[in-house]
Amino acid sequence: MPVAATANLFYTAAMRIENAPTLTVEHASAGTDQTVAVRGVWQVHALSQRGVAKGINKTLAALRGKQALAWDLSDIASLDHIGAQMLWNAWGKRRPAQLKLDPRQEELFTRIEKASHIELPRTRSSALQWIILLGAGVLSFFENLRGAITLVGQVIQDIGRFIRHPLGGPWREISANIYHSGFQALGITALVGFLIGIVLSYLSAQQLRTFGGDIYLVNILGMAVIRELGPLLAAILVAGRSGSSITAQLGVMRVTEELDAMLVMGISHGYRLIMPKVLALALAMPLLVVWTDAMALLGGMLAAKVELDLSLRYFIQKLPSAVPIVNYWIGLGKGIVFGMLIALVSCHFGLRIKPNTESLGRGTTTSVVTAITVVIMANAVFAIVFSGVGFF
Amino acid sequence: MDTTKPQSQRPAQRLNRKPEEDVGPPVVQIRNLWTRFGRTVVHQDLNLDIYGGEILSIVGGSGTGKTVLLRQMLGLERPSSGTVTVFGEDVSRADPQQLQRMRNHWGMLFQQGALYSALTVFENIALPLRELKVLPDDVIRDAVLLKMDMVGLGPGDANKMPSDLSGGMVKRAALARALALEPQLLFLDEPTAGLDPDLSDTFVELIQTLHSELHLTVVMVTHDLDTLFALSSRIAVLAEKHVIAVGPSCDVLRVKHPFINDFFLGPRGQRALEVLEERYARKEAED
Repeated sequence: MPVAATANLFYTAAMRIENAPTLTVEHASAGTDQTVAVRGVWQVHALSQRGVAKGINKTLAALRGKQALAWDLSDIASLDHIGAQMLWNAWGKRRPAQLKLDPRQEELFTRIEKASHIELPRTRSSALQWIILLGAGVLSFFENLRGAITLVGQVIQDIGRFIRHPLGGPWREISANIYHSGFQALGITALVGFLIGIVLSYLSAQQLRTFGGDIYLVNILGMAVIRELGPLLAAILVAGRSGSSITAQLGVMRVTEELDAMLVMGISHGYRLIMPKVLALALAMPLLVVWTDAMALLGGMLAAKVELDLSLRYFIQKLPSAVPIVNYWIGLGKGIVFGMLIALVSCHFGLRIKPNTESLGRGTTTSVVTAITVVIMANAVFAIVFSGVGFF
Repeated sequence: MDTTKPQSQRPAQRLNRKPEEDVGPPVVQIRNLWTRFGRTVVHQDLNLDIYGGEILSIVGGSGTGKTVLLRQMLGLERPSSGTVTVFGEDVSRADPQQLQRMRNHWGMLFQQGALYSALTVFENIALPLRELKVLPDDVIRDAVLLKMDMVGLGPGDANKMPSDLSGGMVKRAALARALALEPQLLFLDEPTAGLDPDLSDTFVELIQTLHSELHLTVVMVTHDLDTLFALSSRIAVLAEKHVIAVGPSCDVLRVKHPFINDFFLGPRGQRALEVLEERYARKEAED
């Protein structure tokens, strides 16, 4: 049952335009109306050639609204819907009184005429739009807060379950997460820590030298790096690295319906996806903090050696007496808390991603920004709570 | 794998029938095409001609490289050797400008629709028109509404996001987008996959109507026997790494080959054929 294959192909004509679309106003003998002769290839490809559309649009705009015009379309080489639509719009969306058409073009204009009654529904916008937006923002904040609290509760429950039945726990997932967000972050944290150490040491050395307090460099550097900078640097890097990847991973799992597939099989998201990430980061982050501390101090020591000629041996010997050990524990505690916060924030935003690309992009950005902000806020809380601890 | 393998080793093509009418030079011409992925050979010295105005369906078991072949015609993938010529130009050797011009002359309906999820249905269909950067806004708006009407989408669907659409509507919107630039050549990858039988029938009818109204050449990959028999003017069967038979469905069915036997003449194929014959009988009775 062969389908009728009588169509002509105009592709040779359309791909190399020899027959450009034209409009010519012809003055007929006195007494009759002007005639507009339409010629050439009126197909979208011909019309979109450089320079063609501009002239045509201009001429059509000039002719628009002129009533006493006769239109002659019988010389058109080929016409498609777009070309016909352009003419139709120039006619003020109705047939001109005098119109010469081919029977084949008749079909096109009948279809366009039928479709011309279709109206695009208006999108309503209210004058009080800003109040609506504000309200939506406030509501979404509370909704986010509720979601976050639910998530924390869920993770606590899952950890309880894990402690009760440790053998059946998601060990493999935890180990994989430690590898991805811990081991693979060693390079970047080392580099950034080392460079910050150099900068900090160099900057402090410049100031200390002016009043001969060279040896206090150890105190400044040790305190700053171990108590504040190490944990914060590691946390910000991990938030950017692992936070975004966790959010994107959960988001893609939402898009590809993997999350739903897990639910259908009775595999809990919280127990198999979220808790392993939280535990892994809680384990990996303090280790990364130690690593970043060491690298930053190394950078600082080397800069001090160059700048102040302070020997490495002196620096290391002086460090324990300059920085009370409790600062080290505070740094490690920060690492644990920051790691859990990063994992929770990125899981929270990852699970809220809707199955479309835009939401995925926006969710990942929000997740990283929120994770870094939350880490810095938590750091401020640490500073206040431990304000009396760890100093001489 | 050895490229210089003599052609005689390839099992002979069992059937090669052109359309009956005189249709001029082929629109798509595939010559001596080889595709290899690592050490697996997917296509081995494959030849195929597609003529203007026909609906050619490519069928074959899974993994025979139907979609790959379609992607090679679109210039999305390069064959390991051989040529794919579309509109008389070699797709794999065309420079970017040429390729872009060719791409404006064909439309593709992807299996999952591939609508841009960040844009509304209206914006999705308007995108190819806007990309030309020369059409006035009112023409674009009316042209999009016309295309939506042609594929059976109401104006109320214009402002919906792709994620709010049902499977059938996604296909319709994707078809409207593929038709936006008035292509002469339309590629369909599994057009009815994932649609329920009713919807699938409507979609087949829609493609049939558009094909005859817009004088399209359609190249289609499908598994669905109902769609296959209802739409195709010719069928190309891909097996043993090349086209074993190409021709009108009644001729292809007569070819003796295990794949054709299993695919078309199994219980499923018989059922589809019966339905089709019934439909034709009914149509004739009505006329």
